[in-house]
Amino acid sequence: MIAETQAESAAKLRADQAAKPIKGRSLWQDAMSRFVRNRAAITSVVVLLLVVVFTFVGPLFAAWTIEKIDWSIIGMVPEKGFPSFATGHFFGADEVGRDLYSRVIQGTQVSLAVGVLGAAIAVLVGTIYGAISGYFGGRLDSVMMRFVDIVYSIPFMFILILMLIIFGRSFVVLFMGIGLISWLGMARVVRGQTLSLKNREFIEAAIATGVKPLAVVFRHIVPNLLGIVAVYATLLIPEIILLESFISFLGLGIQEPNTSLGALISEGAQTMQYGTLWQIGFPLAFFVIILFSFFFAGDGLRDALDPKDR
Amino acid sequence: MLIFILRRLAIAVPTLLVLIVLSFVLMKIAPGNPFTGEKNLPRDVLANIYARYGLDKPEWQQLLEYIWNIVAHFDFGPSFKYKDRSVNEIIAQGFPVTLTYGFWSFIVATSVGITLGVVAAVKQNSWLDYLAVGISIGAQVVPNFILAPLLVLVFTLWLHWLPGGGWNDGRWNYVILPVVALSTSYMANIARIARSSMLEVLNSNFIRTARAKGLPGYKVITKHALKPALLPVVSYLGPVFVGMITGSVVVDLYFSTGGIGQWFVNSALNRDYSTILGVTILLGALTIAGNLVVDVLYAWIDPKIRY
Repeated sequence: MIAETQAESAAKLRADQAAKPIKGRSLWQDAMSRFVRNRAAITSVVVLLLVVVFTFVGPLFAAWTIEKIDWSIIGMVPEKGFPSFATGHFFGADEVGRDLYSRVIQGTQVSLAVGVLGAAIAVLVGTIYGAISGYFGGRLDSVMMRFVDIVYSIPFMFILILMLIIFGRSFVVLFMGIGLISWLGMARVVRGQTLSLKNREFIEAAIATGVKPLAVVFRHIVPNLLGIVAVYATLLIPEIILLESFISFLGLGIQEPNTSLGALISEGAQTMQYGTLWQIGFPLAFFVIILFSFFFAGDGLRDALDPKDR
Repeated sequence: MLIFILRRLAIAVPTLLVLIVLSFVLMKIAPGNPFTGEKNLPRDVLANIYARYGLDKPEWQQLLEYIWNIVAHFDFGPSFKYKDRSVNEIIAQGFPVTLTYGFWSFIVATSVGITLGVVAAVKQNSWLDYLAVGISIGAQVVPNFILAPLLVLVFTLWLHWLPGGGWNDGRWNYVILPVVALSTSYMANIARIARSSMLEVLNSNFIRTARAKGLPGYKVITKHALKPALLPVVSYLGPVFVGMITGSVVVDLYFSTGGIGQWFVNSALNRDYSTILGVTILLGALTIAGNLVVDVLYAWIDPKIRY
């Protein structure tokens, strides 16, 4: 009797499975569910999205542009330039009477753009370089990696400052400089990962079926690197934002009237002795929120995509 | 070991050469030079000036002579901007200042960081642990160039405890703020690294054995756990050292301490090529040497490492 029912239920189960084939969970779905369960990481992503949305929606409510000087408060910024809805300076005014609300929005956009684009350059160059070096190995590998070693140990901060002074302060030079520095770490990480991938069976199978070496790299190696690249890129973005802020702090960042968070913080720091704390407070708040969010999101991504780490 | 040091040197020396050549080339392709100023000098005068500074020779010869003078005489040539001074004198003036607060920052960062990290790991999940973790997360998003103004705001403008700038021959109260600004973020990172590696070591078998044979708790930590736990910290000392050097630019600029970083930025803005070249090479050489020492130190402590 009991055996009968067991057999029956087993048969039913089999019938169910036949009707509804079990959906396999891919590596990415697993990672996704791990990421969603990480509360700090999810909060960070939401905060970041809110910040990005704010930089696009915020200007619609701005009463002033980034370069318009409010003549009614000029010279009396510490007394009259405080944050207020009445004057339209929601975040107050800066030292020369420009609206800080618009400037903080623009600075946030610039800082985010620098971070994301810089990381994108690093990902592109670093991945290709590292994958080629790791896959082909041998003498090519040692030459390419020796080059990275040498460039890596040059104190590039000084070279970047030199470049900005010599070629003038421009977005292009800043990007080139940051891009030049930041792909190196990426290349190392990718190479290491490639070394462990290249002896796996699916690569062997690709070679056996006659796929050309470069095609193996781009069609089979690179897609399998995406996880580690994504983690590394997320953690690279805040580092690049920090680097850009440092350059801006030295007064070598992007040029007026455009601004970035680093430049705003540095301006605010110079005037805070007059009691205009909103000038450093608002940009600093955005800066800290963005960096925190990226770090936590990156950490969460690493935990999600690299389960052996725990 | 010797082979390892030699191999490391084989990277360090070309790196330094690349740095020198790169900065030299950048200087040469820069439009204008310090003497093409607002006034149009007569051609004879200009020729004389060029001859005085060796700018009339072909560029490769200038480069070779420049390198030779540095290697053989440790001479970085005359300053283009300050007619009565050589780059060596400028370095001699600024470098001791940088060295002073850099040294103290290094000491503070390592000693406080290691202590905090180890104590946090030993007393895991106590308030001290949470404090250490909180500091290390906070310091990640507050780099020195943001910490410096905040420190001045609190300790100079609000509390009036410490001077907000100047050097005054390195009196103790003038040194404190630069040192705190420079060391905090590295201190926090060291604390985090020390904490996590200490936690790992405390969970390992040989520590359990040490406890099982009845050693008192503090002896387990000092005799057995400390040394392996500090290995990752040693490998982080290289970046700390580099950070102290680049950080000097921020400290000098913000606190007007008159160190080498201030000269770097000033000469860069003045297009004082020989000074900026000299300072870049000196700081670069220091960075490279610091990394070399840390690498060798690490390989010496942990014989497993050979790369």
